[in-house]
Amino acid sequence: MIGSAGAILSVRRICKTFGPVRVLHDVDFDLNAGAVHALVGENGAGKTTLARIIAGTHRDDGGGMTLNGQSYRPAGRTDAQRRGVRMVMQELNLFPTLTVAENIFLEDLPRRFGVINYRLLHRRAEELMAAIGLRDLAVDEPVGNLTVGSRQMVEIAAGLSQDCRLLILDEPTASLTDRETCLLFDQIRRLRARGVAMLYISHRMQEIKQIADTVTVLRDGRIISTHAIDTLTVEEIVNRMVGREISHAPAARTAAKGRVALRVENLCAGPRVQNISFDLHKGEVLGLAGLIGAGRTETVRAIFGADRLTSGRIYLGETAKHVRIRSPRDAIAHGIALIPEDRKEQGLFLPLGVDRNIAVPNLSRLSCAGIISPAAERTLARRHIDTGAIKCAAPDQPAETLSGGNQQKVVIAKWLARDCDVLIFDEPTRGIDVGAKFEIYAMMADLAARGKALIVVSSDLRELMAICDRIAVLSDGCLAATFSRNAFSEQTINAAAFSRHTATFRTQGAAG
Amino acid sequence: MNNSHRRIPAWLTDYLGMAGALGLLLLIFGLSTENFFSAATFGTIANQIPDTTIMAVGMTWVLIIAGIDLSVGSVMALSGAVLGVALARFGIPLPVAVVACLLVGLLCGLASGLIVVAWSLPSFIVTLGMMEIARGATYLVTQSRTLYVSDRLEMITDTTLLGLSAPFLLAVLIVLVAQFVLSMTVFGRHMVAVGTNETAARLSGIAVRRVRLAVFAVSGLLCGVAALINTARYQANPNNGIGMELQVIAAVVIGGTSLMGGRGSVVSTFFGVLIIKVLGTGLAQTGAQEPTKRLVTGCVIIAAVVLDYYRRRLRKTGTEAAQ
Ligand SMILES: Nc1ncnc2c1ncn2[C@@H]1O[C@H](COP(=O)(O)OP(=O)(O)OP(=O)(O)O)[C@@H](O)[C@H]1O
Ligand SMILES: [Mg+2]
Repeated sequence: MIGSAGAILSVRRICKTFGPVRVLHDVDFDLNAGAVHALVGENGAGKTTLARIIAGTHRDDGGGMTLNGQSYRPAGRTDAQRRGVRMVMQELNLFPTLTVAENIFLEDLPRRFGVINYRLLHRRAEELMAAIGLRDLAVDEPVGNLTVGSRQMVEIAAGLSQDCRLLILDEPTASLTDRETCLLFDQIRRLRARGVAMLYISHRMQEIKQIADTVTVLRDGRIISTHAIDTLTVEEIVNRMVGREISHAPAARTAAKGRVALRVENLCAGPRVQNISFDLHKGEVLGLAGLIGAGRTETVRAIFGADRLTSGRIYLGETAKHVRIRSPRDAIAHGIALIPEDRKEQGLFLPLGVDRNIAVPNLSRLSCAGIISPAAERTLARRHIDTGAIKCAAPDQPAETLSGGNQQKVVIAKWLARDCDVLIFDEPTRGIDVGAKFEIYAMMADLAARGKALIVVSSDLRELMAICDRIAVLSDGCLAATFSRNAFSEQTINAAAFSRHTATFRTQGAAG
Repeated sequence: MNNSHRRIPAWLTDYLGMAGALGLLLLIFGLSTENFFSAATFGTIANQIPDTTIMAVGMTWVLIIAGIDLSVGSVMALSGAVLGVALARFGIPLPVAVVACLLVGLLCGLASGLIVVAWSLPSFIVTLGMMEIARGATYLVTQSRTLYVSDRLEMITDTTLLGLSAPFLLAVLIVLVAQFVLSMTVFGRHMVAVGTNETAARLSGIAVRRVRLAVFAVSGLLCGVAALINTARYQANPNNGIGMELQVIAAVVIGGTSLMGGRGSVVSTFFGVLIIKVLGTGLAQTGAQEPTKRLVTGCVIIAAVVLDYYRRRLRKTGTEAAQ
C-alpha cells in the first residue's frame, strides 16, 4: 500500500460486493491535492459505492486506502470527517423537520451556555448561502418545504460548511440550473486554490470539461482509464463509459401539432404559481424552464392535483371539457401522469422490489376482481426492466439498493406502463447517464409521435432545447414568456427566466 | 455466490423460523413440567386463542398502514356488553343481537378511522381516546354488572368440527382470508404502499384516506367478532379485554410486523399469538406467579424484535455501515 507521490488519497485494489453481486473489482486510483478529479460511468457502474467507501458510509471488503501517507479505513462517516474527508450525497440526506440553517451546521451548531446560538447560526448560514447563490431562501425554513433543487443547494452548503482536505461531490448539479452551477463552480475553484482535493461525480459532460483536471472512467465496477481532461473529447469519454459507440443526435422532431390536449387558465396555487395560462397540444412536447424556485414544480403539481388550487381552470381533451382535479387520483383518472422530481420521497416505495414499484399505478390492469395476477405483474416488470435498461440483480431487488440513475428509471417505468394522454415529467433525467438520457429522449419523441402530450420540467436548458417544441419560461411564479422552436436561444430564455426576479437577485445572477 | 437463499422464498423461512421458536417453547415446557402435554393444557390454550387471534389480524393490518389501534380491548368489551344487554335485558332474538354486536365494533372502528383521516391525526392518540370512550360506554351499558348470557351462546363454543372448536376454526379462516387479501389483492397492495410511503402512494393515485378508513373499520369489525367468542366464554363482563390491546400488539410484533408500517404478515401474527399463549399457559403450569409471567413475557417481546432486527440486516444483503 504505497501511495504515489503527491497523492492525498490512494485507493488500492478496493473490492465491494453486495450479497451475490460484485460491484467494485480491484479499483485503483489516486486523488491529488488542489485538483478536481472527475469520476464518470454509466448508471450502476459503482461510482457512488466507491465514493461512499472513501467517505466512510460503506465498508470495503478488500484492498486498502492511504490518506496523506497513513493507512485509512474509516469506521463511519464521522470518523472520515475527523480525518478531513467529506461528501455531498447524491441521495439527499437532510432532516426535513429541521431548518435550512440547522441542517447546514448540524455537526457543529454554535452554542452559548449549552444553548444553540440562533443569531450566530443564522448569520453563518446566510453568509454561506449567499456565497453559493441561495440568497432568496429563508434560513429558518424547514427543509421539508423546499423543492429538490433548493434541497440540493442546502446539501452542498452543508458540505462546504466545514473545512476539509478531500471533498466528494456526488452529482451535485443534477437538479441545478446554469446559474447555480456557475456559483458552485466558483466555490470549487476557491477550494482548489486552497489545496483541497475533490472527487466530482457527474453525468453532465460539459461540466466535467469545464471544472475537472483529470477524469477517471468506471465501467461495471472496473477502472477503465484515467486521463488529463484536455486529452479527451466528450465523445471519447462517453465511448469509454459505455464501451461502444452511441448515437448522439436526439431524434429529429417534426412538430405535427394536433388539437389541444390540456388547457390551463389563470392557474393560481400558493405564492409560486400566479396566473399561469397555456395550451398543450396533442403530439407536442412543452418545456418548462426557469430558475430554482421559479415555481416550475409547483405549477405541474397543481395541474396534477397534488397541491390545492386557489383559483384557475383546467380543460382537457378535444372538446376542452372543464375538469375539476382535486387529487392525483382524479388526475390519473383523467389520463394525466406526473413523474415527480423527488424519487426517494415521492416516486418510490424504497423497501419494495422493482416489480412492486412498477406495478403500483397499474394494479387495476394487473388484476381481476381485485385479485392480482402474479404472472401479469412479473411480465410487466420484466418488460419494463428490459426496455428501460434498469440494472438490477433480480426483479424483486428492493428499490433502495439500486443506483440513483436506476431508481429514476424505475419511477419513469412505473408511469409509462400506464397509458396516459398527458405526461408530465419533472426532471426526468436527474441522475441518468448519457446513454440512457438519449434513450429517454427517444422514448419521449415516440410518445409525442403517438399523439401524447408532454410537459417536461428540466433545469438543463440545453436538454429542453433539444427535445421540446415550445418552451414556457417561468420567473418568480409567473409565466414570463413562451418560445417556439425556431426562436430558441439560451440568451433570450435565460433573460426571460431572470426577468421578474428582484434587482439584487439579477445583478448577482449576472455576476455568476 | 450463495444462490440457494434466492430460491427459498423469504416468507417460508419466516414461517419456519416462527414454527421452530414455537416448537422450542413447547419442548421446554414439555420437559420442565410433568403434564404439559395433556388434553387439558391444549384445551386451555385453544380456548384462549381465537378472540386474541381475530383481534391481532385487524391489528396487523393497522400496523401495516403505519397506524396503531389501542382501542381493541375496549371495543371488544363494548360489543360484548351490547350483546349481553340485548340478550339478557331486552330479550332480543339472538341473530339480531349478534348483528348489533358486530355493528358496534364496526362503528367504533369507523369512528376512529374517520377522525384519523379527517384531521390527519396520529392514530395512537385517537384510538387512545376511543379506548377510554368505549370502556366508559361499556360500564354505562352494563351498569357495571356482569350479564350472564353464555348459555344463550352455547352453540358458538360447543360446535366442533374434526375435534376443533368453531371459534378456533373461524379464527384460522380469518387469518387465511386476511393473509390472502394482504398478499394477493389490490387492496392489500394499497395497504403496503400507504404504510411504506404515504406521499408516493397518493401521487400514484391510491385513495390513501379510503384505505386507512377501511382498515380501521375492519379492525373494529373484527373486535365485534372476537366479542361473540369472548362473551360466549366469559360472559358479558364490563372488565373483559382490559390490557388486551397490549397483548395483541405484542403478538403482532413477535410475528415480525413492523411498527413503522409497510411490512407484516397475518400468518406470522398467528404464530405470535400461539407463542404468547403457550408461554402464558406453560409458565402458569410451572407454578409461576403473575410477576414472573409478566417478566418473562416482556423479555420475549424484546428478544423477538431484536431477533427481527438481525434477520432483516441479514436479508438486506447490502450492509450499510453506521451512519
Ligand atoms: N445496498 C445494496 N444492495 C445491493 N446492491 C446494491 C446496493 N447498493 C448498490 N448496489 C448495486 O451496486 C451497483 C452500483 O451502484 P452505485 O450506486 O455505486 O452506482 P452509480 O455508479 O453511483 O450509478 P448512478 O450513476 O446511477 O448513481 C448497482 O447495480 C446497485 O444496484
Ligand atoms: Mg450514484
